[in-house]
Amino acid sequence: MATVRLREIAHTRSGDKGDDSNIAVIVYDKKNYDLIRREVTVERVERMYAGVVKGAVERYELPNLGALNFILHNALGGGVTRTLRIDGHGKSMGCYLLDLGIEKG
Amino acid sequence: MAEDRIEPAIELARSGDIKYLCYDALSEKEIQLASLRKLRNSTEGHDKYIEKRLEPILPFCANRGLKLVSNMGSANPLRAAEVIKGLCRKLDVRGLKIASIVGDDVLSIMREIDPVVAETGQPVSAFGERVISANAYIGAEAILTALRQGADIVVGGRIADASLYLGPILHEFGWKADDWDRIARGLIVGHIMECGGQSTGGNFADPGYKDVLDLHRLGFPIAEVFESGETILTKVPGSGGMVTTATVTEQLLYEMGDPANYIEPDVIVDITEATVEQAGKDRVWIRGVKGKPRPLQLKVALGVLDGFIGEGMLFFGGPGAYEKAKLAGEIIMKRLDLIGVKSEELRIDLVGVNAIFQPNYELAVVAPREVGIRVAGRTCDRAEAAKIAYEVNACPTNGPAGMSALSGGLTRDDVREVLAYYHTFIARERVRPTVSVETVN
Repeated sequence: MATVRLREIAHTRSGDKGDDSNIAVIVYDKKNYDLIRREVTVERVERMYAGVVKGAVERYELPNLGALNFILHNALGGGVTRTLRIDGHGKSMGCYLLDLGIEKG
Repeated sequence: MAEDRIEPAIELARSGDIKYLCYDALSEKEIQLASLRKLRNSTEGHDKYIEKRLEPILPFCANRGLKLVSNMGSANPLRAAEVIKGLCRKLDVRGLKIASIVGDDVLSIMREIDPVVAETGQPVSAFGERVISANAYIGAEAILTALRQGADIVVGGRIADASLYLGPILHEFGWKADDWDRIARGLIVGHIMECGGQSTGGNFADPGYKDVLDLHRLGFPIAEVFESGETILTKVPGSGGMVTTATVTEQLLYEMGDPANYIEPDVIVDITEATVEQAGKDRVWIRGVKGKPRPLQLKVALGVLDGFIGEGMLFFGGPGAYEKAKLAGEIIMKRLDLIGVKSEELRIDLVGVNAIFQPNYELAVVAPREVGIRVAGRTCDRAEAAKIAYEVNACPTNGPAGMSALSGGLTRDDVREVLAYYHTFIARERVRPTVSVETVN
């Protein structure tokens, strides 16, 4: 069973709304959508961001766009206006997810 | 973005086949800062860059009928309109109609309604005198009114970002007020355009994986909107960057929550059946967007004085940089304890190691040859915040070997006042934007 990093098959974009961060995971090729749907789960995202997310993690599926949209609640240290974090907007949040190991097959 | 590049707008005005140019200059951070400026000086509170942005553009408004829509009014739309009129006179551009939109400022009725703050679960009154601003996110209706009155330049305050683009679209097509699918399509045009270069190759490049050319002269987006609401996103041919299904999809999902219910003042958008397809070089179709009736309540951004943040950052280089930075962190913590600095929250980051994020997975640790130590703390008063910055800056001669400052021995601005964003909701009938139009003679 081959393992690749998520970075090889998908790209991400992160945004913020108050103290919530959203990470969109988008496949380069729609043939890999079912693969990320299986592999990039709420549990794995919760585990990777365990030190940072204080609230719940939600996942929405968008097969029409070949994408998953994760909402990480209370992940930004209070939001860009209050936080002590350097990355107040959390623009780099999704970049870390690209290191996730994906088992193909 | 409030501090975005200046030139892309000039390129669009000069070379773009466009009828409207929209500027979104507000964010959660920006309206609070503008409100603080206005609190200190009633002639302030408008966007600081109005003149810089509009001076090269106004001639296009005069000569080719280009119309401008913006929320650069920020916390003081009336003052913004005065500044624009003054600029017209200075450039001898006569005859333009300037519309200002007010009414998003709802601070006075906050006290009366006293709604519950989403983040705290407490009423607004629990903040006491610390609430210094309250601005309702208003929609496209007032922009439509202004354009119908012949306005050439429309400037408002806390107009929702995407609504800036929806206003002109509504004016052009005259869709029915309850045609939610079309209105949603118009709103999504705004959602994709509102962050400028973020849909045309900005905030995208990942060398070797996502390569983008000429980001130094990134072209900002142009939307070609059809009567059906379906849209082609493109940019000025030859400008830097690119418009692909990947760049557009990233921006479509930016700041997105539940994709079936993206709630905006004008409409609730559903993108679960939306499609993004390449229509040619740097041309992308956006179709399949649906809409639901607009919400009964409007979101209100509250500006709340929330103490201070004191901060300092210094660097180590060479072998042992990581251990030295860790040691410096321990020293600074003990110093702050020793001199009795009162902070509500303290954060120590190792820049180059875990300052942006410490992911919870195993990675091979490579000893970096350059590590920064950054200390930031939240305090109730300015003096305590200054102590934190002071202790970091006092480290080089009292701490680990070879500690370097940020730039030539000087440190950056290290104490800032926090004006925090909180939000609540009020019934939309309580918010009544008004439009006034004046011709510059």
